[in-house]
Amino acid sequence: MQHTALADQTLELHDPHSFVTKYIWSQDHKVIAIQYGLTAVFVGLVALVLSALMRLQLGFPDTFDFITPGAYLQFVTMHGMIMVIYLLTALLLGGFGNYLIPLMVGARDMVFPYMNMLSYWMYLLSVIILLASFFVPGGPTGAGWTLYPPQAILQGTPGYDWGIILMLVSLAVFIIAFTMGGLNYVTTVLQARTRGMTLMRMPLTIWGIFTATVLGLLAFPALLVSAIMMLLDKTIGTSFFMPALVSLGENLDYTGGSPVLFQHLFWFFGHPEVYIVALPAFGMVSDVLACHARKNIFGYRMMVWAIVAIGGLSFVVWAHHMYVSGMHPAFGFFFATTTLIIAVPTAIKVYNWVLTLWQGNIHLRVPMLFAIGFIFTFIHGGLTGLFLGNVTIDLPLSDTYFVVAHFHMVMGVSPIMVLFAAIYHWYPLITGRMLNDALGKAHFWLTFLGTYAIYLPMHYLGFLGVPRRYFAMGSTDFIPESALSLNASITVSALIVGASQLIFLFNVFWSLRHGEKAPHNPWGATSLEWQTPDVPPKHGNWGPELPTVYRWAYDFSVPGAERDFIAQNEPPDAAHPTSGELGGAS
Amino acid sequence: MKLVIALVVLVVGSLLFHLWSPWWFTPLASNWHTVDTTVDITLYITGAVFVIVNLFMAWAVYRYRHRPEQRARYEPENKRLETWLTVITAVGVAAMLAPGLVVWADFTQVPEDAAPVEVVGEQWQWSYRFPGEDGVLGEVAARHVGPDNPFGMNPADPAGADDILVSSNELHLPIDRPVKLLLRSKDVLHNFAVPQFRVKMDLVPGSVSFVWFTPTRSGRFDVLCMELCGIAHYAMRGQVIVDSQADFDAWLAQQTTWADISSQPAGDPSAGQQLYATCSACHGPEGQGNAAMNSPALAGLEPWYIQRQLRYYQQGIRGTHDDDEYGKQMAAMAATVATDTALRDLSAYIASLPAANSDATVEGDPARGAAHYNTCGACHGVRAQGNYALQAPRLAGQQDWYLKRQLAHFRHGIRGAHSDDNYGHQMVLMARSLQNEQSINDLLAYVNTL
Repeated sequence: MQHTALADQTLELHDPHSFVTKYIWSQDHKVIAIQYGLTAVFVGLVALVLSALMRLQLGFPDTFDFITPGAYLQFVTMHGMIMVIYLLTALLLGGFGNYLIPLMVGARDMVFPYMNMLSYWMYLLSVIILLASFFVPGGPTGAGWTLYPPQAILQGTPGYDWGIILMLVSLAVFIIAFTMGGLNYVTTVLQARTRGMTLMRMPLTIWGIFTATVLGLLAFPALLVSAIMMLLDKTIGTSFFMPALVSLGENLDYTGGSPVLFQHLFWFFGHPEVYIVALPAFGMVSDVLACHARKNIFGYRMMVWAIVAIGGLSFVVWAHHMYVSGMHPAFGFFFATTTLIIAVPTAIKVYNWVLTLWQGNIHLRVPMLFAIGFIFTFIHGGLTGLFLGNVTIDLPLSDTYFVVAHFHMVMGVSPIMVLFAAIYHWYPLITGRMLNDALGKAHFWLTFLGTYAIYLPMHYLGFLGVPRRYFAMGSTDFIPESALSLNASITVSALIVGASQLIFLFNVFWSLRHGEKAPHNPWGATSLEWQTPDVPPKHGNWGPELPTVYRWAYDFSVPGAERDFIAQNEPPDAAHPTSGELGGAS
Repeated sequence: MKLVIALVVLVVGSLLFHLWSPWWFTPLASNWHTVDTTVDITLYITGAVFVIVNLFMAWAVYRYRHRPEQRARYEPENKRLETWLTVITAVGVAAMLAPGLVVWADFTQVPEDAAPVEVVGEQWQWSYRFPGEDGVLGEVAARHVGPDNPFGMNPADPAGADDILVSSNELHLPIDRPVKLLLRSKDVLHNFAVPQFRVKMDLVPGSVSFVWFTPTRSGRFDVLCMELCGIAHYAMRGQVIVDSQADFDAWLAQQTTWADISSQPAGDPSAGQQLYATCSACHGPEGQGNAAMNSPALAGLEPWYIQRQLRYYQQGIRGTHDDDEYGKQMAAMAATVATDTALRDLSAYIASLPAANSDATVEGDPARGAAHYNTCGACHGVRAQGNYALQAPRLAGQQDWYLKRQLAHFRHGIRGAHSDDNYGHQMVLMARSLQNEQSINDLLAYVNTL
């Protein structure tokens, strides 16, 4: 096997020699991961504030003078785009992907460290361009995070000039950054696994991140071309997405383009994007659940195939976002069928998580609370997906608050629950300190119960028919006053949840200095990242010799074993028996 | 333990919330009860899964919580169980999908006898077109759109002559007759949605989409745009009025055809000048307005706006609210301009008066007002010059005290609240986005600079 050659070499490993090369222009995957993570959390906080402003307007309309209809749309748009792309995608793949891949597969670093560094700096550039749009004439785009043309580039939409141009350029730069990082992740998983780390011994975290990265490499180009095409429509007057039209009374020169073409391209990216966020979360939560339940993940092989199947199917469901877009309605049959088929592997994953808990030995530590909270929110969000995916039910519910509630539950709250689980779980490894337990629990309860208080009632506004992206409801015949007070209560919950994230931030920064020193492998985990000679792992991760893997990542509570976990690099002997075909030594 | 209780409480709480929620689908007003049935099937199946899986999880967390000397069971796989779960899930999914596809097949098959009606969307209004006696809608194209031809009718297509053009946000439909709405947009994406009908569809510029239904309940229903279409998206509203066949026929007969509209003569300013003598007493000989008489400036206002407002006064849509003291005076005066010809002539004369700036009476900070004006400018134009396509009148040069009073009237529903005031209702929503007098003064100070 080729990768052993790398393991045996004593490479220079681009060792850092100064503060600048160690923390700024670093090529170490762990430092890059932290850079990605901090940047993503920072923009995420901006997006959180935007959502609070948006909720203030919805909960208490006619109250805040500075929230104009245009500003409201800008808040909505930037909140959505930042959360999906610049927070979730960047934090899950750029952050956790970078940190965990080399450590979990037993590599010293990413295969292309220099490109990895460039990836972060391009990402930072894309964030700066994005944030710059708040300061240009007209402000950021308010076209909705889907940026549908024609309105995204026409008068009548906030930020139709500078705002949209900067948004599209920022996306293009982000995609370059993602591609550089993504090629690294894929290559590292395929080529740099240590001795004995077969694909079917990889922790599900790696399977999730790997599959998501492959999806990203295939899906982001669709967004890239649509961004470039829209830029051309905007700047030099091409008509890719622009038919002949009359904008605010003025006949424009466009002719013959198709707005629906943009939607196809956007959602060809956009639907896999859901899984680019979800699959790493699926993987990480599987490992957190197994570790804190002291039990092997149930149905590992089924879990791997479910990840791969979901990834594959995610490319043939995109037009379920477009049932009422005016595309030919016959497409509805195909896309409804594929969409509901994807529910089967997804349901299997849920069953297997729950069955992992069954007959376990469950330690309800903070990461586990978030992991179980995730199962609950994901079940909820997954089930409401069966409404919207079924083309007929989409007719009344499309473009209402039901959609907003659904996707926040399934790709907002759920991945974020996993991100918190992951941060509480891996923080000791990353920093060498434990997070404060009491603060962690307070953070969990406020976040878990608070988000449910936001999103459960929101579905019912959708059943009622309340449209999304409305600055104010005004008066209608069919929306009762009580629905408006429901909106106020949702806003109060949202503000509480938003504020409770300060507890988390405080915990993260306070514990850095004052947290309890983390013991080696505090959770008794089996996977390789906890088996490094130093905590936190030093540059090169493994000291003089790479670890050798003898078993899968889930040898928890093996019958006859001395302890209730056996690390992956533990050779089989009397105290560390092997068990079954998955745990078998090679 | 707390987590177990929380999970159980959330499951039970969700069920109770569902059962007691007063927020649910509006009563159905179309043939699409099958849509509701499909929702119900999915609701029951997913509801059962939600309860069972979560309670099972709560039980597992309780039963297998960590205790000293306890070890988890080592069970990597259980093929039998996994296969069964897969099969049961597949059956459940099929049970939800199948009825959905059957109903969708109905949705894609428009009944032969469905009456075609065109819905036209534009920022931020609706209008409608009926095919007329020949049953054929005439050709339209964006390049034909202009102040005299808002629908973009092709003048060369004879099929268009008898098309009935409804330049209003209000659509009437006969009860119990299937209707096929042909959806067309002049500018950006919109979405025609009436919650009580259960169906909706986007309007896409450059193509024609459709949606069909049979109204089964008479009454007045809100039309909402449900595809983001810019700054006033939330104010893009219309109404569908479902009538008896006789009432519908009577309404349709009142509407004008393309032939009627295109053959209308232009207004005659010199005839209008005679009529204006009455107006000049209050509004001034040059139409400059008069604060002492509470009369706004008229010079600079375009004919379509003058005509619409005079009609509103005549029809009791404006100037009937108890708190609209000066509007009531105007309603009496408007009654004297009785005929269409008189309206056209008068408005043509007013349009010929040179627009001038009025004296500022409001003090504010124009720089801050400029930020607020961004919203206004979307319709009224960046120079406040007005825009026929948005039915937005000129604001530049208008008396600021008048604009201030009208903003207050809109905000308090004294103007624009009448159900037939198709354009005023947008201003009701817009005026409410200004929260205090200072903002309004700043805004007007900025308008005074234009």
